[in-house]
Amino acid sequence: MSLITPDFGLLFWMVVIFGIVFFLLAKFGFPVITKAVQKRSDHIADSLKAADEAQARLAGMAEEHARMIEETRLEQSRILKEASESRERIIAQAKEDAAAEAAKLLDHAKVEIAAERESAIRDIRRQVAMISVEVAEKIVRKDLDEGDGQLALLDRLVEEAEQAQMPN
Amino acid sequence: MRKLRLILLLLLPVMLAAQPVMPGSDRASEISDQVGDDGEEDFDVSEYLFGHVGDAYEWHITTIKEKEIAIPLPCIVIENGIHVFTLHHAAENGYTLNEDGKLVNAQTGKRPLDISITKNVLGLMIDSLLLVVLILLCARWYRRHDVLKEKPTGLAALLEPVIVMIEQDVIKDAVGPEYKRFSPYLLTAFFFILVNNLMGIFPVFPGGANITGNIAVTGVLALFTFLMVNLFGNKHYWKDILWPDVPLFLKAIPIMPIIEILGMFTKPFSLMIRLFANILAGHIMLLSVIMLIFLTAAMGPVLNGSMTLIAAVFGVFLDCLELLVAFLQAYVFTMLSAVFIGLAHQHPETETN
Repeated sequence: MSLITPDFGLLFWMVVIFGIVFFLLAKFGFPVITKAVQKRSDHIADSLKAADEAQARLAGMAEEHARMIEETRLEQSRILKEASESRERIIAQAKEDAAAEAAKLLDHAKVEIAAERESAIRDIRRQVAMISVEVAEKIVRKDLDEGDGQLALLDRLVEEAEQAQMPN
Repeated sequence: MRKLRLILLLLLPVMLAAQPVMPGSDRASEISDQVGDDGEEDFDVSEYLFGHVGDAYEWHITTIKEKEIAIPLPCIVIENGIHVFTLHHAAENGYTLNEDGKLVNAQTGKRPLDISITKNVLGLMIDSLLLVVLILLCARWYRRHDVLKEKPTGLAALLEPVIVMIEQDVIKDAVGPEYKRFSPYLLTAFFFILVNNLMGIFPVFPGGANITGNIAVTGVLALFTFLMVNLFGNKHYWKDILWPDVPLFLKAIPIMPIIEILGMFTKPFSLMIRLFANILAGHIMLLSVIMLIFLTAAMGPVLNGSMTLIAAVFGVFLDCLELLVAFLQAYVFTMLSAVFIGLAHQHPETETN
């Protein structure tokens, strides 16, 4: 029966036609399509991975950000503390310096005052001595006139002068 | 209920049109003229069926008022040189048709080397052209567009899911890691069978030829699969055939190698028969149901009318079934081919697991 006996002509043409179809499609048809589809699915997979990574990096960055803020805050408080410390220190230093200076000035003044008084006393003594000499001159001149009644007076005067000098 | 009435209304012209058809006005009469058979008036079932599912030297489309409308095809015969003629001029060239409807030498009655462009060959050419144009147009879309920036449109959008489905779900799973080498062949086989199956269901001219229901066509497809399996089989595959892991006495008297070698041929043979039988059976079923109309034409209008209704309803059902079968057989052929190729590429590690 012709249905199940393959006909040679049809076999021949089938080989030729299918061969040509196979060649054309396998060379210009399917590889182009499957490559393009593969390329796209690779691209999608890559994009998904990249998006995942970006998300992870974003989360990391947020963490970093928080960490940086925390660090900055610590730094700020440290600087503030340091500043206040140095302020205290400067003020204390200034006070110390001022006190030292004041003490120095005071000493100086004391020394000068002492020197002034010394010279004033010396001046006064000199004048007292001069006055005494003058007084003595006058008395001597008179006594030389009057005699020995005057000698008692002279002694008394010297005694008085010595007594006046004693409290010093 | 309204839908049912609508269907009946649609079927009415079909039933009415079926009435005046006279038995014997089919192609059967034309062929029986040539072959010189009797049966001018009787409806010849076998001629009707085999005229439709078989091959022919011309493409008969229809007969309107005793006038044949057929596409003449070149008969090409190689016997002492190449002879090219149409069927009407066969006698002048010294050839006639035998009882199978094949060209034979009028004197000797022997078959010459016959490479005529028959109905099936022309159908193959048209379908193949259609297939090549479709796939190349689709491929052109991918060449012209950046696949990363645009989504496929038109033909590419239609074919891409099918191609991806076959490649990823069938070929990749069945063949294994080396599937990229074989996917062009398997995809070609799938679309070739699918297009020819679908065109076989389409009833008028470019379709309607019983191509994938012809054993020569399925035989060549199976041959290609056979070559694909055996030309690229690895060492392990050949060792498994010639020296399988069975007790020695099964190999010393080469029982297992013989069975295995037989298996090499039965696999593509089953592919050939499966596709051929499924598509042929589909065509014959559909034709048988339609044939009811012509068979009952002489039995009165009531019987004929009711049979026409039944035939139309069953025809719709069978056509839907054939659509499914057209896809299914292409799928099965591709899947089994992929499995056979995959079996020829197994590695011993995967087998011992």
